[in-house]
Amino acid sequence: MAVLRVSALHKYYGSVHAVRGVDLEIPAGEFTVLVGPSGCGKSTLLRTIAGLEDADKGTIEIGGEVVNHLPPRSRDIAMVFQNYALYPYMNVFDNIAFALRSRKTPKEAIEPKVRRAAQMLAIDHLLDRYPRELSGGQLQRVAIGRAIVRSARLYLFDEPLSNLDAQLRDEMRSEIKRLHQELGKTMIYVTHDQVEAMTMADRIVLLRDGVIEQAGPPLDLFERPASRYVAGFLGSPAMSFVDAKVVAAGDGLALRLGDGATLALPARRSANLGNWVEQPVVLGVRPEHLGRANPGERAGLARHSATVELLQPTGSRTYATFSLGGTRAVAELQAHDVSAINEKIELSIDMNRVVLIDPVTNRVIS
Amino acid sequence: MSAAEPPQGANSAPAGGSAAAKPRAWGDHTSTLAQRRGLRLGLRLTAAVLLTLVFMFPIYWLFMISFKTASEIYAFPPRWYPSSFNFDTYHVLFRDGDAATVGNSLVVAFFSTALAMFLGFICAYSLARFSTGGKHLANWIVSQRMIPPIAVVFPIFLLYVWFGLVDTYIGVILLYTAFNLPYVIWMMRGYILDVPRALEESALVDGCTRWEVIWKVVLPMCRAGLAATAIFTFVFAWNDFIFALVLTRTEVATYTVQITHYFGGQSNFWAKISAMSVLGTVPIFVVTAFMQRYFVRGISLGAIKG
Repeated sequence: MAVLRVSALHKYYGSVHAVRGVDLEIPAGEFTVLVGPSGCGKSTLLRTIAGLEDADKGTIEIGGEVVNHLPPRSRDIAMVFQNYALYPYMNVFDNIAFALRSRKTPKEAIEPKVRRAAQMLAIDHLLDRYPRELSGGQLQRVAIGRAIVRSARLYLFDEPLSNLDAQLRDEMRSEIKRLHQELGKTMIYVTHDQVEAMTMADRIVLLRDGVIEQAGPPLDLFERPASRYVAGFLGSPAMSFVDAKVVAAGDGLALRLGDGATLALPARRSANLGNWVEQPVVLGVRPEHLGRANPGERAGLARHSATVELLQPTGSRTYATFSLGGTRAVAELQAHDVSAINEKIELSIDMNRVVLIDPVTNRVIS
Repeated sequence: MSAAEPPQGANSAPAGGSAAAKPRAWGDHTSTLAQRRGLRLGLRLTAAVLLTLVFMFPIYWLFMISFKTASEIYAFPPRWYPSSFNFDTYHVLFRDGDAATVGNSLVVAFFSTALAMFLGFICAYSLARFSTGGKHLANWIVSQRMIPPIAVVFPIFLLYVWFGLVDTYIGVILLYTAFNLPYVIWMMRGYILDVPRALEESALVDGCTRWEVIWKVVLPMCRAGLAATAIFTFVFAWNDFIFALVLTRTEVATYTVQITHYFGGQSNFWAKISAMSVLGTVPIFVVTAFMQRYFVRGISLGAIKG
């Protein structure tokens, strides 16, 4: 059953149309990540669900009940804020106990609940401290503790890790995911970081300019993006986009790039592209679609000679930048595949996995 | 400060490994440095003490006059301190009921401060969080405070005669409240704007009503600001002379008005003037001493990052 159902939701800030008709259903127990660039409306959507902003049009249902008219306290939600929002004049125990006390939980029930939440987050030794005495990571744990101490229908996270340094962010990411698995609660998590979205989500909802661009499991979005925008947003380094034209080549089809190079398309893909012969398309290639060519390779791999322009070793892998049809593209190679820039190498492109995009609509051609 | 300074006795101590080879030269060097530091500290302290003496002297003189006999007050050359502490003047002030005017001042200052703080805080919250009255209402409100009291006191007097409010507690309290409200609203609005919105939103989500948010979150966050604003409001009411002079007669005359009664056509009652002034000064000392720690802001540091 859907814990949250958002239907045709609109939100305006003056003349700015921040959320433009969003429809969303979130099943019980799912970890949903709302992701998108700054200003895409993801935080606004979350705040509207929380009741901190009024919806201008559309309905929000939580547990089957329309909550548009309800104040935040009556929606049975818990929320973690970007800046922790801890009360500086209360110690950690009182901060965590705040929601329980506000909801008139019996006194004797408060302490065990607070201690349990604190134990789950490994902050039970900090209960007497004040927020000013804690590090960033500890503050974030207390903020999460304040939300999970109560049994709410819906847990909302508004970019909770954006103030932490990279290492701590990795740690807290797995911590939150572990908490979700342990508690089995319905959680909605807002972030602008696609790595966070990919690693944490059961389902990603990618927003752009106040509308949902695509929603689905992370690997679905990654492997089968619906549009150029989704394809470019997910993945790091990002997908490279190369202008091309579909041409007939022998029995099948091929892509001709701007510099005249042709890349043969496998038969399975050619079958769907009958209408696109002699039409321009955009070829989307992820770094992992490219590799160093080996003799006697399997079908579906196209070859391309390239001169390496830039090398970025990461240790386990090396990213090599080169020119593909006049556009810069990045290949993910084995650490020792290339040794120096300006080296000429033979690359293979996995044409079964590359993405073809309609340059007019920017939708992916299936 | 003294903790950071090296003790004078440490001057000749050798510093570092090379000190063993040339103990004298190095020892001398550190000694001059420490001496210079000590000298500078000494000069600063002397300057501070001198300045304090200059500023404290009138207050000292005020207190001393109140304990002197008439002959000591007019003695020339002046006596720096009374031969014995003589409480006769205070006795007279309390016996004749003059000291009750200090009580009047306390009543009007306390209640007008409480009322102005309560109303002002609510107005300020509304301005800060709901932008009540648009962007410029707050500026307009604070401009009310700039009206010269003398320009409004006589129209108000006529109004008060009509309403029967002259020489009543309620009349004076209402006027001080009205005059202090713009100041309270302006100051509290600033303090409330400094409270991160997320703290309030978090409390709203956690089960609080808007009133509970104000009580449990905004008020504690603004404690320092509330105390500082209340002190200034209290001091204004306490020190006011012009409104009290026009709007009070005998029933609720404040101590500032009472003091003027001791300036006579033939002579001035210096002992009474100074004793009454002492009675008027002490409560302010007490209030400030008790609330001094609230002047130090920074109570909310560390809560919010970013």
